[in-house]
Amino acid sequence: MTKIVVVTSGKGGVGKTTTSAALATGLALRGFKTTVIDFDVGLRNLDLIMGCERRVVYDLVNVINGDANIKQALIKDKRVDNLFILPASQTRDKDALTQDGVEKVLNALRDDMQMDYIICDSPAGIEKGALMAAYFADEAVVVTNPEVSSVRDSDRIIGILASKTRHAEQGDGDIPSRLLLTRYSPERVEKGEMLSVQDVQEILAIELLGVIPESQAVLNASNAGSPVVLDTQSDAGQAYADAVARFLGDELPHRFVTLNKKGLFGRLFGG
Amino acid sequence: MSIFSYLLPKKQTSASVAKERLQIIVARERSSRGGPDYLPQLQEELLMVVRKYVPVGQDAVNVQVDRESGCDILELNITLPEDS
Ligand SMILES: Nc1ncnc2c1ncn2[C@@H]1O[C@H](COP(=O)(O)OP(=O)(O)O)[C@@H](O)[C@H]1O
Ligand SMILES: [Mg+2]
Repeated sequence: MTKIVVVTSGKGGVGKTTTSAALATGLALRGFKTTVIDFDVGLRNLDLIMGCERRVVYDLVNVINGDANIKQALIKDKRVDNLFILPASQTRDKDALTQDGVEKVLNALRDDMQMDYIICDSPAGIEKGALMAAYFADEAVVVTNPEVSSVRDSDRIIGILASKTRHAEQGDGDIPSRLLLTRYSPERVEKGEMLSVQDVQEILAIELLGVIPESQAVLNASNAGSPVVLDTQSDAGQAYADAVARFLGDELPHRFVTLNKKGLFGRLFGG
Repeated sequence: MSIFSYLLPKKQTSASVAKERLQIIVARERSSRGGPDYLPQLQEELLMVVRKYVPVGQDAVNVQVDRESGCDILELNITLPEDS
């Protein structure tokens, strides 16, 4: 059975695309046939993060409009088997995404391409693009930074997920939504400068999928066009791999959430 | 944390201020969620009417719909400044 997952946040620049790339790659590494779709019409970026920007021929809107079929538009990843990318179009026409069109593409990925997972990388905001990315979802990953505006926007998105998805409209109740707290800095939390994972969880009151530390590895990965989960030596890569495992039902302790305790000397004289 | 921070009285950190503010705003926004679409507009217009007579802040008018068995109750709360 194909599962459709939306990666969403309300606020922009919090790590949705980074997360979509890592989650899709992680699922494909586990053997699941996975497509990651960029819903950010007009601001295509997932192709860069996945490192396939020079191989884009057709995009999501081309498939919706029938200019290309799904097979022609999907880009097969060169590093990981079972991984496919469907880029966003660069059109500035915000009405290019229609509900029927998106449904057609998702059905083709399910029926013709036999995907196990479809990851929908949502644009920021709570407008049409974000609503389209979320509408058909069976599950949601809410990406949040430990910062007031991001937490507030996530709460709004959680509210939207509870009422504006196909499952909600059909009366099947809320889709499972889990929190991914990214750009986390245990040092700053310790100093009382940043909301802690407990604080954010208490406010948003949804299950925690994972905590991704603020990490240079994310920038390195985007520079190289290689999803950070492939950087298995890095903290962020490992945190994403853990999150993928939890997504699939494994129970793992949360790493990278507490500071490596300094010795007595450090505690007495440290900043 | 250095030894000095154990000796000083605890002052509120910026993170705890953030948490308190978030708890308040999120609770408020949740209460108007799921209500009819006209609610924010109604609240806005009521605020303008009240302001014709009393200078009140942005938060002074609170509108909320409560569902009780059989009927919806529109609850309207207007907080006036102390010296009016
Ligand atoms: N864990 C992290 N550590 C450091 N930088 C990060 C992390 N996650 C995301 N970023 C950076 O934040 C920016 C926005 O990330 P992106 O995934 O494009 O967000 P969105 O898709 O939500 O707009 C990028 O520059 C990215 O490199
Ligand atoms: Mg993005």
